[in-house]
Amino acid sequence: MSKPRLTREQIAARAALELPDGACVNLGWGIPNLTAAYVPLDRTIYFHSENGILGMGPRAKSGEEDFDLVDAMKVPVTLVPGASFFSQVDAHVMTRGGHLDVCILGGLQVSEKGDLANWRVPGAKGAGGIGGAMDISVGAERLIVTMEHNAKDGSPKVVKTCTYPLTAIECVNTIITDLAVIDVTPRGLVLREVAPGFTPEEVQAATDARLVWSGKVPDIPVIS
Amino acid sequence: MAHQEKLFTSPDAAVADIPDGASILFGGFGGAGFPNNLIQALARRGTKNLKIISNNCGTGEGEAGILFKNRQIRSVISAFPGPGAKYFQEQFDEGAIELELVPQGILCERMRAYGAGIPAFYSPVGVGTEVARGKEERVIEGRRVILEKALGADYAFIKADTADRLGNLVYRKAARNFNPVMATAAKTTIVEVERVVDVGALDPETVVTPFVFVDRIVVAKGLRYV
Repeated sequence: MSKPRLTREQIAARAALELPDGACVNLGWGIPNLTAAYVPLDRTIYFHSENGILGMGPRAKSGEEDFDLVDAMKVPVTLVPGASFFSQVDAHVMTRGGHLDVCILGGLQVSEKGDLANWRVPGAKGAGGIGGAMDISVGAERLIVTMEHNAKDGSPKVVKTCTYPLTAIECVNTIITDLAVIDVTPRGLVLREVAPGFTPEEVQAATDARLVWSGKVPDIPVIS
Repeated sequence: MAHQEKLFTSPDAAVADIPDGASILFGGFGGAGFPNNLIQALARRGTKNLKIISNNCGTGEGEAGILFKNRQIRSVISAFPGPGAKYFQEQFDEGAIELELVPQGILCERMRAYGAGIPAFYSPVGVGTEVARGKEERVIEGRRVILEKALGADYAFIKADTADRLGNLVYRKAARNFNPVMATAAKTTIVEVERVVDVGALDPETVVTPFVFVDRIVVAKGLRYV
C-alpha cells in the first residue's frame, strides 16, 4: 500500500479550512505552523503567540526583521491591523482560560478518547521540553492535531491508548493526517474525510484505534 | 523607599553582592528580552551553585548558556530548555544538573501567585501526565485539578526598553514576555534597560511595570544571541 498520501503542506492546507473568519488561533511547531500560509483569502485570522502577541502576520521580509518581534519559534514576524502585545502571563490566560477559538498542535500519538502525546518520545536523548503545549491543550476551545497518520516505522499514531508521555487527557477535537480527517466524539473516532484514492477500510487498517463511519466518506479536498 | 537611588553604574556593580547558592529568575523568550548584560556580569563574577528559573537554558554561550558553560548552575526550573542549550544538555546528560520541567503557562502563573502573595493554586494543566506526579489532586467544580505551588526567587534579572529613575518600566514589542511577572516574584529585581529618563517623562498609561517592583537599574546596550 504505497499510494501517495497528503504532503505536509496539504495537511496544513486542509487544517486551514477549519479556521472560521475572525478566529483567534495558536499554532504549534511543525505542520501546524505551515497552516498560516493557507488561510482562505476571504478570512482574517488573528494568530496568537505565547510570548505575548495576538495578531501576528506573515514572516518579516529579509532586511525588515525586528528581533523584538518574533514568534514562538524565534522567527521575525509582522503584525496585522488590530494586533496587540502583552506579557507571557496574559498570553497563557488566553490559552488556559479558553479565550482562543482554535489551537492546532502537532502530535506523536492521539488516543480514541482524545488524549494527546506530543512532547517526548520515550527513550529519546536529552531533557525534552514541554513549552506551552500542556496549557494550550487543556484550555483550547477547539484543539486540532495535525500529524502524519503513521510514524516512520509504519506504526499507527491514532491509537487505542497512548504509550508516549501525555501532554493532556481528553483534549483533542479533530485529527487531520495525511490519510484522514477524524473527529473525536462521544461515540468514538468518526472518520469525516479520507485522502483521495483511499477507502475507509484502508484508513482503518493503518489505524490502531477503531474508526466509525457510515456510508460514503468524502475525499479530503486537496490543493495541488 | 521610592526615592532610594536605584541606578547602578554598570552591570557588574548591579550583581556584585549576589552570593553563591542564590536563586535567580531570568526573563526572555525567543531571543528577545533577555537580560544578557546582567548574565554576562554574573559569569564574570563567578557566582556558583546557582538555582535558576528560566523559560529556556541558553542559546550557545548566550543567555543562560555562559553560566552553564562555566558550571555556575546547580539546578534549573524551565519550560523548554531548547535546541540551542548545548552546555545545559551536556551537563544534564552527565547528571550534573537538576531539572524541573514545568508547563510554560504554569511557570508564569506560579510566579504571578508568588508576586501576588498566594502560596499555591489548583490547575487542570498536567492532570494525568508526569507533571502531576507527587502533587495533590482533587476535583473542583467537576474538573480534575492539581495543586501548584508559588515560585519566587532571591533575585530577578529582567530586561526592559526604558526606565525612569524611580524604576517604572516600558517594554518593546514581544521582548516583554516573562519580564513583568518576574519583576514581581523576587526579593531583589534588577533591570537592564536601553535608556533611563527623568521621573515624569514616561506616560503613566504606558508603564507596564510600576516602580514598586524594581530595585536596581542599569543602562546597557542590549545583547542578542540568535
